[in-house]
Amino acid sequence: MTFKKRLLAVAASMTLGGFVLALPFAAQAHRGWIAPTATVLSGEIWVSFDAAISNELFYADHNPMRLDGVVVTAPDGSVDKIQNALTAKYRSTFDVQLTKPGTYKIGTASANIMASWTENGAVKRFRGTPEDFAEQVPAGAADLKTIKSFNRNETFVTRDAPTTTVFKPTGKGLELIPVTHPNDLVSGEAATFKFLLDGKPAADLDVTFAPGNARYRATPGDFKVKTGADGSFKVTFPEAGLYWMNAVARSGETGRRAGGEGGGPGGPGGAPGGPGMGDPGAGQQGPATPLAGDGTSASYTATLEALRP
Amino acid sequence: MKRTLSLLTFSALGAGAAVATPALAADLNVTVEVPRLTVAEYHKPYVSIWVEAPDASAAATLAVWYDADSKEDKGVKWLKDMRQWWRKAGRTMSFPADGLSGATRAPGPQKLVFSGAKGPLKDLKPGQYNLVVEAAREVGGHEAVRVPFAWGKPGKPASAKGTAELGAVTVAVK
Repeated sequence: MTFKKRLLAVAASMTLGGFVLALPFAAQAHRGWIAPTATVLSGEIWVSFDAAISNELFYADHNPMRLDGVVVTAPDGSVDKIQNALTAKYRSTFDVQLTKPGTYKIGTASANIMASWTENGAVKRFRGTPEDFAEQVPAGAADLKTIKSFNRNETFVTRDAPTTTVFKPTGKGLELIPVTHPNDLVSGEAATFKFLLDGKPAADLDVTFAPGNARYRATPGDFKVKTGADGSFKVTFPEAGLYWMNAVARSGETGRRAGGEGGGPGGPGGAPGGPGMGDPGAGQQGPATPLAGDGTSASYTATLEALRP
Repeated sequence: MKRTLSLLTFSALGAGAAVATPALAADLNVTVEVPRLTVAEYHKPYVSIWVEAPDASAAATLAVWYDADSKEDKGVKWLKDMRQWWRKAGRTMSFPADGLSGATRAPGPQKLVFSGAKGPLKDLKPGQYNLVVEAAREVGGHEAVRVPFAWGKPGKPASAKGTAELGAVTVAVK
């Protein structure tokens, strides 16, 4: 990546003087999602999920999401399991049995590190988990540069009354704090959410919403809102249906090409080993190039459903 | 009303409920017409009958007709389809609910009397409300019909008519 291109990449994720750069939403953006068949439920039943990385929402048209990292958090905070999991050509599917009343979180949360350093006069590159980084990258490596990323991709379903245990922040990456409960969304009503970045309010963050069923509309219908100083923002869902919500907070070196949405290094799916994008090292011929500097990236994706009034 | 995480169901009763003087012992007379539908697969509708306060919260649930005898899921699986009631009241209740749960009803006019002297209406403060009848039918549609009424003194009957899932709904305080 040339310096000029890198500047463009940084600019693309920034706003200048409050003016949101009118970048066209990249039609080729591969977006990861976990879509439930229902979000508001009564009684002890099952919910099915599709999980994929696709262009159109929510049609599985590109790659399945790997299910290795998908974790179910039950309303009491305990970890539950996905059942009947299957990974097909374009999508993965699985079921969750709602054995307890309350709100379930289903999603991935993964940390990733991209690094470059110099060893015996040659540039070395690494990309992987923090555990592998600790094993494979020598302590005190010369010219070490790292881009640390933390990606979340999740959805919520509620049996009976909504609960909030699964929203307890961990202080890692971007996290959604409900003011309005994500399973209490109705079209035409303003909902309020809040983002935390590493446990602190994520101010001035662009949040993208993309409605499903874009195939049947002339225009995709994506829109953006921005968080305030306290990390909160309001959104009104224009129509009932599924929505893909995404926000990315970056600082320092980005190590990726332009394009304002998706995930950080590690892929929009956020699943370990999931199909990635924007890895400058991938497919590279010749000697490895070093990272230009240190950076961090945190991405958050959720699939939300707004019901009819 | 702001849709926050707080339980909003009983806000209309609020702190005043404890000290409210009992309303006069008038009853709420309701007639609900379950329409006869000519469809290939007919299931009797699930129906919730509830009282909506001026702030759109649910002040009381009067009746819930559903298939509580269903072997598969005790009928609760479809309760959320009466979604306005479910959001404002049903999701915080447990089923079957004493005095509220009932079997689904056949097409025709269903005459109901809800006592003002006991049950959910006993502590309803005098004022303007809507009586909401909300129907959801398996492999069918969803409809809510609202009829305004004044609680606290006898009044003239009022009615409204549904367009698909419900016929005429008549409400009288007497």
